[in-house]
Amino acid sequence: MPLRIWRKPLDADKIKIPQAEIHIIKNRCKGCGFCIEFCPRDVLETSEEFNVRGVHPPKVKDETRCTLCHFCTAVCPDFAIFTVEKDCGGSC
Amino acid sequence: MTLENRAILTGKHFMNGDFACAEGAIAAGCRFFAGYPITPATEIAERMARRLPEVGGVYIQMEDELGSMAAVIGASYAGVKSMTATSGPGFSLMQENIGLAAMTETPCVIVDIMRGGPSTGQPTMAGQQDVMQAKWGSHGDYEVIALAPSSVQEMFDLTIEAFNLSEIYRVPVIVLADEVVGHMSEPLVIPAPDAINVVNRKRPQSSPEEYLPFKPDENLVPPMACFGEGYRFYATGLTHDERGRPRTSSAKAQQKLVQRLCDKIRENTEKIVKINETMLEDAEVAVIAYGIASRSALSAVRKARERGIKAGLLRLVTLWPFPDSHVSEVAKRVQAIVVPEMNYGQLVREVERAAKETPVTFLPKLGGEPHRPFEILKAIRRVHT
Amino acid sequence: MSEELLHPLERFLREWMIPHIWCEGCGNGIILNCFAKALSELNLDPNKVVVVSGIGCIGRISGYTNTDSYHTTHGRAIPFAIGAKLAKPELKVVVISGDGDLFAIGGNHFIHAARRNIDMPVICANNFNYGMTGGQYAPTTPLEAWTTTTPYGNIEHPFNLVYLAAASGAVYVARWTTLHVRRLTESIKKALQKEGFSFIEVISPCPELYGRYNQMRTGLDMMKWFKEASEVQHHLDPAKAEITPSKIVLGEFVNIEKPSYGRLLREKITQIQEKNVGGE
Repeated sequence: MPLRIWRKPLDADKIKIPQAEIHIIKNRCKGCGFCIEFCPRDVLETSEEFNVRGVHPPKVKDETRCTLCHFCTAVCPDFAIFTVEKDCGGSC
Repeated sequence: MTLENRAILTGKHFMNGDFACAEGAIAAGCRFFAGYPITPATEIAERMARRLPEVGGVYIQMEDELGSMAAVIGASYAGVKSMTATSGPGFSLMQENIGLAAMTETPCVIVDIMRGGPSTGQPTMAGQQDVMQAKWGSHGDYEVIALAPSSVQEMFDLTIEAFNLSEIYRVPVIVLADEVVGHMSEPLVIPAPDAINVVNRKRPQSSPEEYLPFKPDENLVPPMACFGEGYRFYATGLTHDERGRPRTSSAKAQQKLVQRLCDKIRENTEKIVKINETMLEDAEVAVIAYGIASRSALSAVRKARERGIKAGLLRLVTLWPFPDSHVSEVAKRVQAIVVPEMNYGQLVREVERAAKETPVTFLPKLGGEPHRPFEILKAIRRVHT
Repeated sequence: MSEELLHPLERFLREWMIPHIWCEGCGNGIILNCFAKALSELNLDPNKVVVVSGIGCIGRISGYTNTDSYHTTHGRAIPFAIGAKLAKPELKVVVISGDGDLFAIGGNHFIHAARRNIDMPVICANNFNYGMTGGQYAPTTPLEAWTTTTPYGNIEHPFNLVYLAAASGAVYVARWTTLHVRRLTESIKKALQKEGFSFIEVISPCPELYGRYNQMRTGLDMMKWFKEASEVQHHLDPAKAEITPSKIVLGEFVNIEKPSYGRLLREKITQIQEKNVGGE
């Protein structure tokens, strides 16, 4: 259940929210769908393209929704997807 | 420091064969024993249980022989010389993992103190019924080395030899004794440490990045890295290539690997094989024997000579690889060959094969008691013309 | 969405063996992932980690970890590991194998290793059948399940693996599924650092065989079953930790301290050698 923030934190301006970079190694994907199904933020969906295995790898719907929980990274059986924090040198 | 803390008990002893075997193992550098008690090899386990902790080694009594053999391979791959001891029924249980040891080229020693079989058989009586099993016991094509001690001194000496051969050729070596040799007590001389030749496995010269665990040297044996040295290799019982990668669908990889595993022993047979000749130079009848049967045979040959028969003894110390060329050469020189064995026909088949045209008389003795010298003498007289 | 960056756990994978042979939706890859993650979060010397596995789909895992690895005969991973560990105690020897390999043919070795409290973590991938050979029934196959050798439904009661491990003497016993990746990783870390015999049962999807034969055609179907049915009950009596179509009890059931085989052996050897030096 999403937590509804009803009050803005006092230091909200100073907090830097990490931005995510989602990397998909498309040709490793076997199309199991675990990352898409279990992403808590509904960031991924099945793509239309085919990879070398003849399956549809995931694609990112909205990278800004990703909170870097790394669940997709942990649950992928094929090491085909991982999330890293975007390095924008302070200007995200 | 007491006597017992020494690894090598230099001096003269009066000891039983099983204990001598254990002392030989320790003298060779064995520091891991995993086994399961079984008559008549239990005394080896008991001696190792007492002695190994004294010299900083590990004894573990596994839950069965299958686990024992697996633990021996594990310890060897961790870099420690390791061994197990058993008899016929346990030897049968160990076969699958002996195959694994052969396939992953693991140096290790398996002592089989043979007793009456098949199955539970005669636990407290002698036999020589595991000879063929030592060679063909596991499935698939592979080669092992088997040595046959015939005295307490040889139980000590040949166990050291077994370790050395296993380290040189990265192969399981079987010490194939029998219950009489295992349980009898005789004088034993243990030399000083510097008089004992101990060989260790060849280590890799290459760096971890370049190392190919199953790439052989000129003698067809690959140098061996062990766990924890940074090589991070992969060893599997599946058919594999030089890198260790499973190649279960490659005919070429299977052929290459299996041939090498066999050739490394077959092509080095002359270097490996040991025999002992007594009164064979002018012999007309040769007795070919091993183990306890060779003790009776020696007595019979001497008695034959007293009666004017030119008999001689070819004692096989190495049973596998079979000393083909030695047996063929002796067969050419003599009129007849007598093979006494405490089984119903095992090594005699190899002798027949190598002896070709020379007639071979087989003298089986079942029941657990060694041949009496006069039984062998009778056979010698019968074949002598 | 670039592809130049390497996966963060790449260094734990044996590069020339990847990609692995496991099916789409198979949980074994997740176990490999969690194991690699656990290694990355601990300060272990990777050169001292030895992965030993038996025969089965999960048995191939030792080929994929960038560690010293050994792939034994069926059922003999544990005794091999015991040999390696006792011969060289500084090694961190880990056994990762399947429910058939560890509890059918290897059952005897499992209970004795747990009894002896050998220092090693044992991770069991439980997919309720013998996958590698095409989906025959295993000691963990539920009653009435369809497998190729129970074509009329299984009539055998399955093991409760965590109960068996606890009863045999394991000092750390946990059960997770491949969906519970974080808790599984934490358990693996605990097991890697704990003195004594640790056992982690991982319920894992086998969609091509067990799943297909039992109305869970995809890995996703099985993972959804895990999600619906899982219930975490830490410290529950393992005898009561059941697995049914509607309830999979997970958690850490045992976490006790008991001197390990290695500790007792070291103490005994020290005693013996001191006595011998001290006397005469």
